[in-house]
Amino acid sequence: MEGFMSIDIFIIILATGVRLATPFLLAALGEMFVQRSGVYNLGVEGIMMMGAFAGFFATLQQGSPLLGIIVSLAIGALMGLIMAFVSVTFKAEQGISGIGLYMFGWGLSGLLFRLYVGGVTSIDGLKPIAIPMLSDIPLIGQVLFNHNVLVYTAFLLVPLSGIVLYKTSWGLNIRAVGNKPEAADTLGVSVVKIRYQCLIVGGMLAALAGAFLTIGQANMYADNITAGRGFIAIALVYFGRWSPWGILLGSLLFSMADSFQSMVQVLGINFPYELAVILPYMVTIIALAISYGRVWAPAALGKPFERGTRG
Amino acid sequence: MSSKHNGVFKQIVVLLLALFGALLVGALFLILAKSDPIKAYGVMFSGPLGDKFGITETLVRTVPLLLVGLGIVISFRSGIINIGAEGQILAGAIGATAVGTSLSNVPAMILLPVVFVAGGACGAIWGGIAGWLKARLSVNEILSTVMLNQIALQLYLFLIRGPLIDPKEVSYGTGVPQTALIPEQIWLSRLVPGTRIHTGLIFALVLAVLVYVFLWKTSRGYRLRAVGAGAEAARYAGIKVEWYLVLAMAMAGGMAGLAGVVEVTGVHHRSLEGLSAGYGFSGIVAALFGRLHPLGTIPASILFGALLVGADMMQRAVNIPAAMIMVIQGLVVLFVVSSDYFLRNPDSIVKFKAKLLGQKWIGEVGSKWKDS
Repeated sequence: MEGFMSIDIFIIILATGVRLATPFLLAALGEMFVQRSGVYNLGVEGIMMMGAFAGFFATLQQGSPLLGIIVSLAIGALMGLIMAFVSVTFKAEQGISGIGLYMFGWGLSGLLFRLYVGGVTSIDGLKPIAIPMLSDIPLIGQVLFNHNVLVYTAFLLVPLSGIVLYKTSWGLNIRAVGNKPEAADTLGVSVVKIRYQCLIVGGMLAALAGAFLTIGQANMYADNITAGRGFIAIALVYFGRWSPWGILLGSLLFSMADSFQSMVQVLGINFPYELAVILPYMVTIIALAISYGRVWAPAALGKPFERGTRG
Repeated sequence: MSSKHNGVFKQIVVLLLALFGALLVGALFLILAKSDPIKAYGVMFSGPLGDKFGITETLVRTVPLLLVGLGIVISFRSGIINIGAEGQILAGAIGATAVGTSLSNVPAMILLPVVFVAGGACGAIWGGIAGWLKARLSVNEILSTVMLNQIALQLYLFLIRGPLIDPKEVSYGTGVPQTALIPEQIWLSRLVPGTRIHTGLIFALVLAVLVYVFLWKTSRGYRLRAVGAGAEAARYAGIKVEWYLVLAMAMAGGMAGLAGVVEVTGVHHRSLEGLSAGYGFSGIVAALFGRLHPLGTIPASILFGALLVGADMMQRAVNIPAAMIMVIQGLVVLFVVSSDYFLRNPDSIVKFKAKLLGQKWIGEVGSKWKDS
């Protein structure tokens, strides 16, 4: 146990934490757009599973992780479209629709895996790209600038989402539709169209989060590889108060806890594996509990839009 | 979800159409899997009804589905979307096993009720935690129950691999993660000799009637449904909303916990890996398909019990992985919640057709489901 907190291990924990933040960031930023437009998509986990399988399978077939990314984005868009059809067009109760989408994605990814792959198969996934110069900085270089392309994408999406949400007319429309859909409708903004767009974007990001797990992290596919991360991502949207920077903070908090938890096992500290795995789920519940009282939320969240009614 | 304006017949028609739609979409995946959907579905539907084995196995699956489904009815009726049944089943199973194995010399007359109460209480506590978190700290119950599922699963695995592992597994060095058998005097007796169907079925049916009486014939049940219909209105009427949220989740968890107890006492006689077997999710589908009515959940549980057995048979007969049933169940949920749209306003079918044809129309539906 000598050198338990040595600088090397410290760097590994931090670097792993940064990498593990990726799926949380991608899925939570996607869900942020969805919820900002006034819809809960609780099927994120199911979309992630589909994205994880699609990315894995395309990479396995064609040997190109890039193709895996593209295919998973397409599958994610399709899953988002299904959710939009059910919850926006048919105005179905969103919590239950989300569970339906979750079960659908869960079942279908498992089905396709058994049909077309069958067993443990590893793939050549994404390689880390060291950013020239920056990666040579001691400590920070290893922690921040030696990751694969999806990690960089996820972190770049944080400021980008902020700009889209607060500085573009599309972002303004999203916020209007999520807060005062009647008013937005009166001003000629199509509530339905904006919600469809957000659900599709959210689906793509969720699928990308899943694809990260297979082609950017594990280099294989296994049942339940998402392990509840899709639901944790939804919790992070609450915890981060529907803001990209809040989500960044929450994602890092989680991924660092996750990274530390996995280190406990690697270091051979005598602590039951199952109890260590519980940590992120406990943290999620605690995070949700302490978010209590911070009451702002998109005003129309969860309410199907009806023309001619007053909110 | 149901409304007095819609006749039972019409609801059944819409439900069957939703099931048909789900199967139709499912057929696309069967074709994708290079399988003949008619043959595959043929096996799936005729297999469970074909012989004594199929029918009794269907009923074996019906028992946990019905118990979980009853809990889902109670929680959804009070406005809580509980998807924590998987964890609550495990809590009930491990509680029942721990008590059963440690009191093995106690006569069945005493031990059996004690085991049921212990398992039910474990499930109730596990569900009650989510209820309390929602009532006191406004924690979204969908997220908290998902997290509690994961936590319960890991604790369960920890217990059956470590502290509660069958001593024989250790002494033989096989190390299969399962607990010791519960004493034979509390194994539920078989209804049909030579099959697995056990008296837990009768227990579940009686509970379905009791839940119906509770929800519709008692003032507590009435208040619970009032909370579900509108928490704010209920609060104005002097109902202690927070208390009913905890009560509903504890009852729902208790039902799922009892599902775990009957799986232990009636089927496996111990706790082992994979005990919850997705019943926590299938029970949601059964409850939704039963229109969130305790008595409607009975035929729905039989139907989905048959589909689960049929899916296993399909796997053996035409080599379609049993994961197919999860796809179909997910689709059923999506179709059922979507079809509510047509039940809520009968004119919508005409209007929807008009919309498909590109004409303008103005909707006027109000959402029945209120989010808190």
